[in-house]
Amino acid sequence: MHGMINRALQGFLVDTYGRDVWEEVCSVAQLRFADFEAMLRYDDKVTFDCFEAATEILHKQPNALLEDLGTFLITHEPFAPLKRLLRFGGATFSDFILSLDEMADRGRMAMPDIEMPDIEVIPLDENRFRLRAIWRLPGVGPILLGALRAMADDYGALATLSLDGIEGHRECIRIDVFDTAHSEGNAFVLAEVPA
Amino acid sequence: MKMHAAARDAVVEMPEHVLDRLLPMHLRVDADGIIRHVGPTAAKLAGDVAFVGRPLLEVFTIRRPSGVETFDVLLRASDLRLGLSLKAAEHMPFRGVLMHLPGEAGAIVNLSLGLSFARAVAEFSLTLSDFSATDQTVDLLYLNEARTSTTRLSEHLTRRLQDAHDTAQHQARTDVLTGLSNRRAMDAELDHLMASRNQSFSLMHLDLDLFKQVNDTYGHAAGDAVLTEIGKILDQELRRNDFPARMGGDEFLIILRPAQSDAVITRVARRIIRRIEEPIRIGGVEVRISASIGVASTPDYLRRPPLAQLMADVDEALYTAKRNGRGQISIFKPQLE
Repeated sequence: MHGMINRALQGFLVDTYGRDVWEEVCSVAQLRFADFEAMLRYDDKVTFDCFEAATEILHKQPNALLEDLGTFLITHEPFAPLKRLLRFGGATFSDFILSLDEMADRGRMAMPDIEMPDIEVIPLDENRFRLRAIWRLPGVGPILLGALRAMADDYGALATLSLDGIEGHRECIRIDVFDTAHSEGNAFVLAEVPA
Repeated sequence: MKMHAAARDAVVEMPEHVLDRLLPMHLRVDADGIIRHVGPTAAKLAGDVAFVGRPLLEVFTIRRPSGVETFDVLLRASDLRLGLSLKAAEHMPFRGVLMHLPGEAGAIVNLSLGLSFARAVAEFSLTLSDFSATDQTVDLLYLNEARTSTTRLSEHLTRRLQDAHDTAQHQARTDVLTGLSNRRAMDAELDHLMASRNQSFSLMHLDLDLFKQVNDTYGHAAGDAVLTEIGKILDQELRRNDFPARMGGDEFLIILRPAQSDAVITRVARRIIRRIEEPIRIGGVEVRISASIGVASTPDYLRRPPLAQLMADVDEALYTAKRNGRGQISIFKPQLE
């Protein structure tokens, strides 16, 4: 798994639960280093072991922890560039949801070897969508759920999102958008004048 | 001919909102060169004074092709790639193409932000909905930003790898106990000196006297403490240009560069021995040792000797010093034929 993804998991655990918990995770997962390196690659098993260690140490349901991770990816200030890149997907939350089937290609444009989830977007009608997502590791559903809820907030949209079962290996999400301009949301400026 | 006329009519009658969606950065100019209609994104470039009703060449400077002063000349550049900029924002070059419409219908000019896209999007506060669905400017902005982020990460990694590399290299060349260079570093330094033929140097081989007794009587920890002390003494007594190294056990090799006269070498060696002979306190006990020193200098040879020869001669000098008793110095003199 790409270092960026491992680094994000580490960042989430350190920032949310503290360095002590992270050190415990390292020891339970038997990591031979203290920090993931964003620009290196690691075996998928390392990522999986770290996550499993975290659920044990924190006594958390895997899905709850994954959803928190998804929220963190969007709301954590140092990851603002990632959120910005996602906002390029569309002017409204609904446009953004429709652009998710391009997300894997967009991700690869930024980083050719990063493992992006493959997302199928099925519009049920103008305001209702179903996503079918698949990734290298199981758990992409709850991560997306947390991340997309945070994106809805960022767009100022009123929407409900829920896990909607698993089809084959594809984890599904149901999205109902009630209002794309429910609140102000955060402004998105395409390009800023350099200071 | 009939077909042609039909096609012409189709263009002329194209509803404005269709062109606005397809080409949001287009301008429609009449036969006299006056702007008659502006696409919604192009309108955002106008700022305070709207474009409509003004002559095209009053609003834009045509940079390419050069020498376009009148609208009639510009019409001849139909179908060519244009380089142009707003008179109100000369620093922001646009790319464009003008198509001369048949008859007296004037022309359509379509603009693109060209390579100044990032600055232009910021300066004119353009948004996602200002670009048509087929325009890849937004993808360019996305890529531009993604590249900036990943480059920053790469630079960060490179810097940390460089630091780790430097540390590892330093550790690989340092004797842990004394903080002096180790045998590996000395070998590299000697190879380097031998390769640069015009650098003269003196080589000093220092061997501790009575060190074995310290180890045997007080244990290895005491021996280590003595070696640490020797490291400090050599560090203090030598000049910055000189190069002391612990070669292993109680053996030290020192490069003095450039080579020194016998008088200077003797003075330096005596000073080192005197310091080593000062009692060293370790825990509750006082330890007394001494050192013997053998020396060879490259200028003493007629021709630069090979390294193996020089090392053998320094060793011989050390044995001579040892044979003469404790705390002695011996300088090797080659047989000059």
